[in-house]
Amino acid sequence: MKILVGLDGHETGARALDHAKRLAAAMEDAVLLVAYVIEWSPYSFQTAEENAERHKRRLEEVAAAQERIVDPAVAALAKAGFTASGLVHHGDVADTLHRLAEENGADLIVIGRASKGGFSQRLFGSSSVNLAMHATIPVTVVG
Amino acid sequence: MTRSTFIPALAAATTIPAMSLAQEAATIDARVNEAFATITGPFVALIFAPIPFTGFPWIVLWLVVAASIFTWYFRLIQVRAFFHAIALVRGDYSDPNDAGEVSHFQALATALSGTVGLGNIAGVAVAVGIGGPGATFWMILAGLLGMASKFTECTLAVKYRNEYPDGTVSGGPMYYMKKGFAERGRKGGGILAVLFSVFCILASFGAGNMFQANQAHAQISGLVGDYPGWITGIVFAAIVFAVIVGGIKSIARVTEKVVPFMGLLYVGAALVILAANYDQIGWAFGQIFAGAFTGLGVAGGLVGALIQGFRRAAFSNEAGVGSAAIAHSAVRTKEPTTEGVVSLLEPFVDTVVICTMTALVIIITRQLMIDPDTGRYIVQDGAIQTVGGTSGVTLTSAAFASVFSWFPVVLVLAVVLFAFSTMISWSYYGLKAFTYLFGEGKVQELTFKVIFCIFVVIGASASLGPVIDFSDAAIFSMAVVNIASLYVLMPIVRREVNSYFARLKTGEIRKFSGAPAE
Repeated sequence: MKILVGLDGHETGARALDHAKRLAAAMEDAVLLVAYVIEWSPYSFQTAEENAERHKRRLEEVAAAQERIVDPAVAALAKAGFTASGLVHHGDVADTLHRLAEENGADLIVIGRASKGGFSQRLFGSSSVNLAMHATIPVTVVG
Repeated sequence: MTRSTFIPALAAATTIPAMSLAQEAATIDARVNEAFATITGPFVALIFAPIPFTGFPWIVLWLVVAASIFTWYFRLIQVRAFFHAIALVRGDYSDPNDAGEVSHFQALATALSGTVGLGNIAGVAVAVGIGGPGATFWMILAGLLGMASKFTECTLAVKYRNEYPDGTVSGGPMYYMKKGFAERGRKGGGILAVLFSVFCILASFGAGNMFQANQAHAQISGLVGDYPGWITGIVFAAIVFAVIVGGIKSIARVTEKVVPFMGLLYVGAALVILAANYDQIGWAFGQIFAGAFTGLGVAGGLVGALIQGFRRAAFSNEAGVGSAAIAHSAVRTKEPTTEGVVSLLEPFVDTVVICTMTALVIIITRQLMIDPDTGRYIVQDGAIQTVGGTSGVTLTSAAFASVFSWFPVVLVLAVVLFAFSTMISWSYYGLKAFTYLFGEGKVQELTFKVIFCIFVVIGASASLGPVIDFSDAAIFSMAVVNIASLYVLMPIVRREVNSYFARLKTGEIRKFSGAPAE
């Protein structure tokens, strides 16, 4: 069984990872995929200078996320005896996690509940809600 | 037709502050202006020289002929590829694995924020005020043709941009001139590139900076009362400095978010006015078509309407100038053609949509006075008489205010924001030209940016007749050099385009899964 875990760099993501570990420990041959999505919209507005530097910034963002969030998580999992690998991508969090899960043939997506509240979230809904609503793969939202 | 009609927006909107300033600092300003005019005069006169016996500026013909040739050469690319352009902007053909890179939408939005501005608000009013409603027809035609020029230059800009090991990119006409000419085995690309860069730097100080600062100040002082221009200049320069030198991205980001909103508000208000007067739209288009071929009594008749329409369109959408090619070159794509296709939406949005809205609102709100006996426009001193004696920005403002009394305040805000975003865009165009000439590096960049900020202050505080004339001439000289190079390089573009559309047809290039089917 392949489980994709969505990290967010916060405690909620860490709880999702803990839950996925418990599930994986109870299974045979469980594979953990740790994903971090950098929130990005292709419809945002930027200056010409930002555009010119975008490719460079993107590489830096991916490297930073890899180094600070994904790699430590994967290393910790490997140390605990799990089969694990990491992914870092840009995009809409819900869409991208879903796409990564499909592309990598995951059987389950585990995510934390909304990592931050507030007005905008009430209005537009959180990534967790969007993912749970639209995913074609079972989703576990960890409280 | 005098030269000064090229910048009538300025003439109209700055008359009052310019006069009071002229009184305050008459001696120094006048002397600087005079010296400057003497030095640059011949160059300005050359660029805007009329074709003998016609009064038709050759530079306008140069732009329109080029646009027509590209339209023919690429077999109506603006029609063929129009819906494909929209699909590209929506991201239907974008690889999800490229998320986080510059999208087609972002490159288009950035380029648009550099062109949407005073040309759409003031320039159109000038065209219609002098050339009558018929100018709108020619403006739309020039906009439609200009889409092909924009397509040509932006495809080349992506194809020949420089990609550096650190992941940044530099592109624009100077790069395709140098590399493209070399590839075709032609000489002179290097010289054209240097010429283009010089004109681009001058235009970035002038039309992209001083003109904008000057207009912003004229608008603000028109709203709150007259005050010295250097105050506006210092404030603007400080904000521009914070953005381009200090790297305060948040200011730029706020502007880049507010500018499209202002654009939508502007178009929205125009649409509401048109909807409320829907029974007049037929009549307005009747005026536009009748005026396009008969002139309806405007100064210069048909030719007058045509010149005004073509001029303002060229100035508004900058097709063929090469400026947008710099902005579009940053997009992440393996196919240069895709960005060219996307860029042809730019003159469409700028000229065909926004400029036409402005013109329709002015016509429908009956700002232009018609002689009730003859049905012809009342012309005085070479311009159509307007209800409140307005012209330029104030004509547009009066037209909108006749329906929404609060609109002039919004318009001032819009002009100021458009001016600011145009400055940010042009600071980048100028910078790229500057680093092309003097090499990439922190010192060169800082030097250019500081000079740019100084020109903001000068632009807002001085009366700049000759300087603006010169900067206009510089913008159009960019087009002289750029279009000359496009003629040489257009076979390369055709090869790219044919290959791309062939692969699109066979399905080798297709939409990514998840993209909505058409």
